[in-house]
Amino acid sequence: MALYSNKVMDHFRNPRNAGVIEDADGVGEVGNAVCGDIMKIYLKIENDVVTDVKFETFGCGSAIASSSMATEMIKGKPLSQVLQLTNKAVTEALDGLPAHKLHCSVLAEEAIRSAVKDYYDRRGIAYDPVQFPGCDGHCEGCMG
Amino acid sequence: MIYMDNAATTKTGQAAMAAMTACMAENWGNPSSLYAHGQRAAEDLWRARERMAACIGASPKEIYFTSGGSEGDNQAILSAAWLGEKKGKKHIISSTFEHHAVLHTLEKLKQEGFEVDLLPVGEKGNITPKQVSEAIREDTALVTLMYANNEIGSILPIAKIGAVCREKGVPFHTDAVQAAGHLPIDVAAQNIDMLSLSAHKFHGPKGVGALYARRGISLVSLIEGGAQERGKRAGTENLPAIVGMAAALEEACAHLEENARKVSALRDRLIDGLSQIPHSALNGGRENRLPGNVNFCFEGIEGESLLLLLDDKGICASSGSACTSGSLDPSHVLLAIGRPHEVAHGSLRLSLSEENTDADVDAVLEAVPQVVEYLRGMSPLWKDKVSGKNPFVL
Repeated sequence: MALYSNKVMDHFRNPRNAGVIEDADGVGEVGNAVCGDIMKIYLKIENDVVTDVKFETFGCGSAIASSSMATEMIKGKPLSQVLQLTNKAVTEALDGLPAHKLHCSVLAEEAIRSAVKDYYDRRGIAYDPVQFPGCDGHCEGCMG
Repeated sequence: MIYMDNAATTKTGQAAMAAMTACMAENWGNPSSLYAHGQRAAEDLWRARERMAACIGASPKEIYFTSGGSEGDNQAILSAAWLGEKKGKKHIISSTFEHHAVLHTLEKLKQEGFEVDLLPVGEKGNITPKQVSEAIREDTALVTLMYANNEIGSILPIAKIGAVCREKGVPFHTDAVQAAGHLPIDVAAQNIDMLSLSAHKFHGPKGVGALYARRGISLVSLIEGGAQERGKRAGTENLPAIVGMAAALEEACAHLEENARKVSALRDRLIDGLSQIPHSALNGGRENRLPGNVNFCFEGIEGESLLLLLDDKGICASSGSACTSGSLDPSHVLLAIGRPHEVAHGSLRLSLSEENTDADVDAVLEAVPQVVEYLRGMSPLWKDKVSGKNPFVL
C-alpha cells in the first residue's frame, strides 16, 4: 500500500491556494524549522466571511496536502464555521494520513486558528483565549 | 526510471540470479545431509565460502553466513562484549554516525552496564587513528567503526585504525556494508578482526550477508539449534542466497576499479552540478568518499516533498529528513557532522551504481534545481531568509 492516499498526492502535486495575500486581514504561522514543518496562512475576511485564503508551507508531502485541503475547506465560510474546523475533518477529507503524519493536519488547524486570532487582534475584537491554544512546541503531543 | 538509491539496495545482478536459479533447480539438497545430493549442496556452500573469503583476503573458515549486515553487526558486537565481560572488560568504542544496527546494539549493551564511547566524527565525517588510540583503555572490549558511511559516503582510515587496535590488543570490528564490492578489502593487511557485509548492496540478493571473524576471534551464537556455521549460527543455510551473494561479490570485485572510475566520474558531475544551487551544501568531503555517494542539504525545503516530486519525474532517491524516517528527528548522521536540524530536514542522497549513465545525471541535474526552486517558492522558511528576517545557514 502506498504511503499516501490518492487525495493526499493530488493536493500535494496540485496544491490549491498556494501563495501569499499581500493585504491579508489575518496571518497565522505555526510550527518550527527544527521540527521540519512550518505553515503560514493568509486570510482575507469580509463581513466575518473568509473571502480568500492562501498558504505557504515548509514541510513534507502531507504538510503541503493538509494546508491545501484545509484552505479549501474554509474558503467562503463564515468565521464561526472556520473555527470549527478540526484536524480530524482535514484528515478525513484527505482520505486519511499515516499515524506519524497526523500532526500535519493539527498544524493546518492551528495555522488557521492563529490567522483568525491575528485578525481579531488587529481589529480589537474580543475573543475567548481558550479557543486559541496555539502550538506549544511539544510535537509529541500532536502525534496521537 | 532513474535509480539512484543504491545505498538502500541494488538491482539483483545477472551473475547472482543465474547462480541462484541454478542452485534452486539443481542443488536444492540440505548441505547437512549425508547422501550425495546433500553433499553436492555442501560443496556449493563451501565453494561460496571460498569465493567470499578470496574477495576480502580471508580464509574460508573465517567466513560465517548471516541474514545480512544487521545480523553481522549484532553478532560481532555482542560476541566481543560478552567475551570481554568475562575478562572484566566492559568498555566499547564506536562513533556517533554508525548505522542503527550498531548504535542500537550498543544502546542495549549500555543498559546491561557497558560503557560506550561514541567518538565525534567532525564536519567531514571522519575518525582518526589518534582518536581511537586515545580512547582505548585497559578495559576496552571492542572498537567498532564503519568502513564507509551509508549516508554521506565518507571512508574511514580502516587499516590505520586496525593497526592501532592490533597494537593495543583490542578486537576491531568494521561494518563494511557500504564498502564491500565497492572498495578494496583485505582483512589481513587492514588489521580487521571482524567485518560484516550485506549481499544486496553489491547486486546480490536481500536477506543474506557474511560476518568475517579472524581465526582466534570467538563468536557467540545468537541463534541456537543445529551445528551449521561451525556452531555459530544455527539453521539450514540459505544456500541459493549464499551462492548468489558469492557470485555477486566476485563480479563486483572483478570490476571494482573499473566501476569505481566510472561511478565516481558520474558522482563528481552530480556534485559539481548540484553545488550550483544557491544555499546548498555537500554533506561530507569530496575526498575519501564512496564512488557512488552524493549527499546535499538544500536550505529552506523539506526532504520528503523533494523525494515525492523527484519520484514523479521517475527519479528514486532518499533523504535524511525526519518525515522519511517516521521519527521526529532528522538523520543522526547529518546531526553528527554538525548540520542544524532545519538544514538536515532538507537533505537529498543520490547513490549511484555502474548502471547509471551520463543521461541519468543530466536528467537529475535538470530535475533537482527545478524541484528545489518550486518548493522554496512555497516555503515560509525560505521567504524569511530571502527577505532578511532570518539568516541563511548555508
